[in-house]
Amino acid sequence: MPSLNDYLLLSAILFCIGTAGVFVRRNLITILLSIEIMLNAVNLTFVAFGRSLGGPDGQIIVFFVMTVAAAEAAVGLAIVIALFRHRESLNPDTFTALKW
Amino acid sequence: MTLFYLFGGVAVITSLLVIAQRNPIYSVLLLIASFGALSGLYILLDAPFAAVIQIIVYAGAIMVLFLFVVMLLNAPHEDTDLDIRVHPMLHPGAMRLGAVLAVALVGELIWALTNSNVSGSFPAGPVVSVATIGRRLFTEYAFPFEVTSVLILVAMVGAVVMAKQDSAAKGKR
Repeated sequence: MPSLNDYLLLSAILFCIGTAGVFVRRNLITILLSIEIMLNAVNLTFVAFGRSLGGPDGQIIVFFVMTVAAAEAAVGLAIVIALFRHRESLNPDTFTALKW
Repeated sequence: MTLFYLFGGVAVITSLLVIAQRNPIYSVLLLIASFGALSGLYILLDAPFAAVIQIIVYAGAIMVLFLFVVMLLNAPHEDTDLDIRVHPMLHPGAMRLGAVLAVALVGELIWALTNSNVSGSFPAGPVVSVATIGRRLFTEYAFPFEVTSVLILVAMVGAVVMAKQDSAAKGKR
C-alpha cells in the first residue's frame, strides 16, 4: 500500500512540473495548461489528505477547485482569443503595452 | 503499489511531455492522458466521486474548451525568436532562472516530505459514497455551493464579453 507521503511526493513533483512550464514556455495556451497541471497536483493532495483524515471533505474541496478551474479556463481562454485578435501572437513577451 | 507506480509514472511522464511539446494540440491530448492517470490514482485513494468528475469535467469539458481554442486560433507553433536549435544555455535569463527555481522547489519538497514524520499508511475506512458528498454539499457547504454557481455565471458572462468581436476596433483597422 502506498503511504500518504508517496502521494504527497507525487503531487509535489507534478506541481513543480507545472511551475516549470509556466516559467519556461512562451505560449499562452501552454502556460494555461501548466496552471491546470498545478491545480491537479493540489487536487491530488486534497484527496490524499481527505482519505487520510476520513470523511468526504477532501473530495468536496476538489469539487470546488474544479469549478474554479473551469471558470479560470473559460475566462483565460477568452482573454487569449482577444489578445490573439489584436496581435496575431501567443507569445506573452509581445503583450507589453497596457493600451494600444 | 504497482498500480500506484504505474499511474504516477504515467502522470509524471505525460505532464513532462505537455510542457516539452511545441505543438499545443499534442500538449492538450497528453494532458488528457495525465488526467486519466490521476483519475486512476483517485480510485486507488477510494475517491470514486473525484475520479468520475476528473474525467467528466476536466477531460471532458475543460480540455475540449482548450482544444477548441487551439484549433480556432490556428497557431500551432510557438512564435518566438528562439529556435529549437538554440543551445539551452543561450536562452534568456528568466527562462533559465525559472527552470532552476522549479528544480530547487522539487528538491526542497522531496527533502521536506522524506524528513517529515506524517503517519505512513492510510486508516481503513468505508468508501465515501456520492450520496454522502451530495448531502454534505447541500447542508454544510450550501453557501460555498451557491457562491460557486454565481462564480460560474460571472465567468460565463465575462468570457462571452471578452471574446466578443469588438466592432469599434474592427472599424478602426
